[in-house]
Amino acid sequence: MGSRSSHAAVIPDVDSIRRETGFSQASLVRLHHRFQALDRNKKGYLSRMDLQQIGALAVNPLGDRIIESFFPNGSQRVDFPGFVRVLAHFRPVEDEDTDQDPKKPEPLNSRRNKLHYAFQLYDLDRDGKISRHEMLQVLRLMVGVQVTEEQLENIADRTVQEADEDGDGAVSFLEFTKSLEKMDVEQKMSIRILK
Amino acid sequence: MERGAKEKNHQLYKPYTNGIIAKDPTSLEEEIKEIRRSGSSKALDNTPEFELSDIFYFCRKGMETIMDDEVTKRFSAEELESWNLLSRTNYNFQYISLRLTVLWGLGVLIRYCFLLPLRIALAFTGISLLVVGTTVVGYLPNGRFKEFMSKHVHLMCYRICVRALTAIITYHDRENRPRNGGICVANHTSPIDVIILASDGYYAMVGQVHGGLMGVIQRAMVKACPHVWFERSEVKDRHLVAKRLTEHVQDKSKLPILIFPEGTCINNTSVMMFKKGSFEIGATVYPVAIKYDPQFGDAFWNSSKYGMVTYLLRMMTSWAIVCSVWYLPPMTREADEDAVQFANRVKSAIARQGGLVDLLWDGGLKREKVKDTFKEEQQKLYSKMIVGNHEDRSRS
Repeated sequence: MGSRSSHAAVIPDVDSIRRETGFSQASLVRLHHRFQALDRNKKGYLSRMDLQQIGALAVNPLGDRIIESFFPNGSQRVDFPGFVRVLAHFRPVEDEDTDQDPKKPEPLNSRRNKLHYAFQLYDLDRDGKISRHEMLQVLRLMVGVQVTEEQLENIADRTVQEADEDGDGAVSFLEFTKSLEKMDVEQKMSIRILK
Repeated sequence: MERGAKEKNHQLYKPYTNGIIAKDPTSLEEEIKEIRRSGSSKALDNTPEFELSDIFYFCRKGMETIMDDEVTKRFSAEELESWNLLSRTNYNFQYISLRLTVLWGLGVLIRYCFLLPLRIALAFTGISLLVVGTTVVGYLPNGRFKEFMSKHVHLMCYRICVRALTAIITYHDRENRPRNGGICVANHTSPIDVIILASDGYYAMVGQVHGGLMGVIQRAMVKACPHVWFERSEVKDRHLVAKRLTEHVQDKSKLPILIFPEGTCINNTSVMMFKKGSFEIGATVYPVAIKYDPQFGDAFWNSSKYGMVTYLLRMMTSWAIVCSVWYLPPMTREADEDAVQFANRVKSAIARQGGLVDLLWDGGLKREKVKDTFKEEQQKLYSKMIVGNHEDRSRS
């Protein structure tokens, strides 16, 4: 009977979640605590409204897009494993992750998966490409009413042109990755959980 | 136990700092520039207007708030560093040895079988005396004798109630106590705040008319001296509320009003936005900071979790309620500040004195969503970054 087992036992499937996400047991316990704090009516899952109640998230211009990312495939609820799966993208990259067994699936916090998460925020219809129209819509979210339609269209056009290599007028994930190849994605898309 | 608690009062209660993630406090502009700089090797004399990587900033900030934000944790009870033998505060202390369990069992026995009946008896006495006493005083003709009796009846009954909760209160700077014609403003953690303040001073209460036992108490109290009770419907009408409060303060013979401008109970680790209504009236404001020591019993009323009766029972089965009250020097609104700035100034003074975190967020976030105006500010900041540079470009 260890010191932590009684609390971690409250989390269902904690071992498989640990393997899948790479979070330590201590981090999972804290995140579970947070999940429960957000789940105000103790339903056991989170709805969009629970996340919208977070004041600091609601004032984030991309708040709605981020909330959407928790509900893939049109679902209306996210349970704890689903919650942690998204958060796992932001786990800092540690050395042990880099020499991975090539047969094992890529860890959720790999560079590629982090970039994919950001790509998804742009790709509204999830078709694997960021069209000019989608770029425009996301830009509009970020600037609100502060910028004219014309200026925004110019920006969107320029951005798509610069990244688009095969000339199809849209930015695929490969093109997205290429245009950000020098970016220190690992560091910019990481959140460190305190012990 | 009481003496031990009194000694503890002299140091500021150590708050249990528990941010879950590491955050760097940088501004939107700095961070986006940093991201862009790390992403491209070209020289940045003309900063580009928009980069695909800008999204990383909002993305990460958003995720940080999902993991931990300043507001959500203020509406649930504070976590303790070490367990105080109350099962209700047992969040993270998993390993409970046999000895501790025995101690806890003993504690339960003492609290429920010995302390609780005593306290309930005292509470009963206190409340009935209040109702009877104020009604009797109400029959007296208006004059100095009536005021004298009313004051002492009120004080006596509140002091009995304080004993009923075993509240150990340390008052600091009593020379700054509120005077007639002023407004007393304090941070709100629970309905007990009222009892704590009213047992040391004679105030006029402000509040909504309730039914049931509260209603009986309210009706009795108002016979002895003028409190300001509002009907439910009147509460929505801000002008009416302001008018009645103004009338009350302008009459210098009337008692100082006791108001909690946060509008809702916060868990005593922070002070949230003060509603500006009380600060527009133009009276002298006497700020009061109340800080509870969570080690002996958590006084926070989580109204979405517990009803009033359950809450009072929990209070009466804790070890004790230990708190400090600081009376701060009076403040008035200066010529060049508006009500909101004045409210923030008072709030900062209270937060500083009580060792609480000063937050700009509205306590109403407990129940409602945040307003869109705050999002616009972020959007404005970002737009300036990308459009400001666009103008230089179009010229070249």
